[in-house]
Amino acid sequence: MSQAWMITDIEKLKETAKEIRIEILKMLTSAGSGHTGGSLSAVDIAVAIYFSKMRFNPDDPFWPDRDRFILSKGHAAPLLYAILAKAGYFSSDILCDLRKMESPLQGHPCCKSIPGVEVSTGSLGQGLSVANGMALGLKLDNNPARVYCIMGDGEIQEGQVWEAAMTASHYGLDNICAVIDRNGLQIDGPVEKVMGIEPLTDKWAAFRWHTQRIDGHDMESILGALAEADKTRGKPSVIIADTVKSKGVSFFEGKVEYHGVTPSNEELEKAIKEINNG
Amino acid sequence: MVDTVKKPKATRDAYGEALLELGRKRKDIVVLDADLSGSTKTNKFAKEFPERFFNMGIAEQDMIGTAAGLALSGKVPFASTFAVFETGRAWDQIRLTVCYSRTNVKLVASHGGITVGEDGASHQALEDIAIMRALPNMSVIVPSDANETVSVINAVADHKGPVYVRLGRAKVPHVMPENHSFILGKAHIFHIGKDATIVACGIMVDAALRAANILKKDGIDAGVINMSTVKPLDEKALLDAAKTSKLIVTAEEHSVIGGLGGAVAEFISENRPIPVKRIGVLDSFGCSGTPEQLLRHHGLTAEHIVETIKKFAGL
Repeated sequence: MSQAWMITDIEKLKETAKEIRIEILKMLTSAGSGHTGGSLSAVDIAVAIYFSKMRFNPDDPFWPDRDRFILSKGHAAPLLYAILAKAGYFSSDILCDLRKMESPLQGHPCCKSIPGVEVSTGSLGQGLSVANGMALGLKLDNNPARVYCIMGDGEIQEGQVWEAAMTASHYGLDNICAVIDRNGLQIDGPVEKVMGIEPLTDKWAAFRWHTQRIDGHDMESILGALAEADKTRGKPSVIIADTVKSKGVSFFEGKVEYHGVTPSNEELEKAIKEINNG
Repeated sequence: MVDTVKKPKATRDAYGEALLELGRKRKDIVVLDADLSGSTKTNKFAKEFPERFFNMGIAEQDMIGTAAGLALSGKVPFASTFAVFETGRAWDQIRLTVCYSRTNVKLVASHGGITVGEDGASHQALEDIAIMRALPNMSVIVPSDANETVSVINAVADHKGPVYVRLGRAKVPHVMPENHSFILGKAHIFHIGKDATIVACGIMVDAALRAANILKKDGIDAGVINMSTVKPLDEKALLDAAKTSKLIVTAEEHSVIGGLGGAVAEFISENRPIPVKRIGVLDSFGCSGTPEQLLRHHGLTAEHIVETIKKFAGL
């Protein structure tokens, strides 16, 4: 399968991340509602996974040998849509239709309305179980494809995540790489204040996962962690990626208010300038 | 019509055997269970095909998500546990990753209804049909006997899309004709009655047939429809009954709220209104007891169907 989009140059990946951030901000401004903070915090991770690791074919979304990607934190839908458009699944012209009536770009990803979305998400805590099922199916078929799953840090308060964490290690699903977007904030405030989840590395290690904790905005660290996950045998891999909510837009960064608030036209202009100069 | 020679058999036992046969024929069949494989009878499949059987432990939500993932990688997963836990514990998972995502997952639950018996209310699913029926893209099937169950399991394996099949713990008599072949969405009409027609599913088909025989002796013509597919309803069969009968009585081992009775009442009231009486559990939980005691306590008997028809058919 041709991998025309495969980017090996780190500088190009960083440029792609900037493009994706700008698309996300434009989409959210046009929509007037949606989740800014958690879409921006996971950009670098998702860009690295899609454009440097994954094998897929936008002309054949169900190509059996494709690597799978599940956005378990479905509220970061604008991130997924911007990436899928960049990857060639559909025209970026429709990105401005996010959240609008009759648009295939639903507020949270719907696998039946747009190609490239593997499963519908939005109700938190469910993606890793689906990833496990895919990984089991791939193993039954001796298919070497891999499954990536991005979860939010608040999301892992859901009990189902820990059921799935047990399953993945019980069945030795080394074809799974989960990433936790550890941006530290959830709707009601700091994650550690709402319902603490630390010590994260110890928890996942206790569930018999291979763990790595990295700076989730450092492209080199992300690529290194993904490569190590690739090589890990006999157990699933989790990358705990420390990130900043709304990363890339200084006046939104780390502010819990921007979990579910979108930029004004003025803020958009300012943000685009900042990203382009950054 | 009723096979009195064969011994009564639980629908869950028929499921275990049908699943094993299916597994022998098709490599894409995979099975998941949540630590109840001995009770749901998926253990037969597990023994012969350990590589295609996944025990998920006591974790129903994860089981449903995993089943959806397996379906998305081209397998045909059958996920089984008790009906209470399958539908109640994992309803949101079924909603998002099975129904909304329209994955080809087969939910086959045992221990539906009060004939669970001694375990009591926590284990007796009386709301499962209602909460599965409310989900878009979901088909809901309640087989009446062992033979029909085998036919149902083969049919749902071929059907593309989410299905909920509700099975029972207790042994039930054979009620369906030997050569019957189940078609999703098609009811089996034993007879349409001039006075009344009983629309039943699951174990209540047997009670309905016995009620019709009792009424016949009193000169009352009561028909019986086995509406084993509760969703989508066989609307034609219902219209036929509503055109001929003075009264429709529904009978199910489930709450009268939202199940077969609810579905039939909704359809009849909007399309060809005639009186409908629902027999089922009256907005209450079950309790411990023998299946027979519980069926009598909740009026899920041929005798209660007879009384209801005599009272409401204007006879």
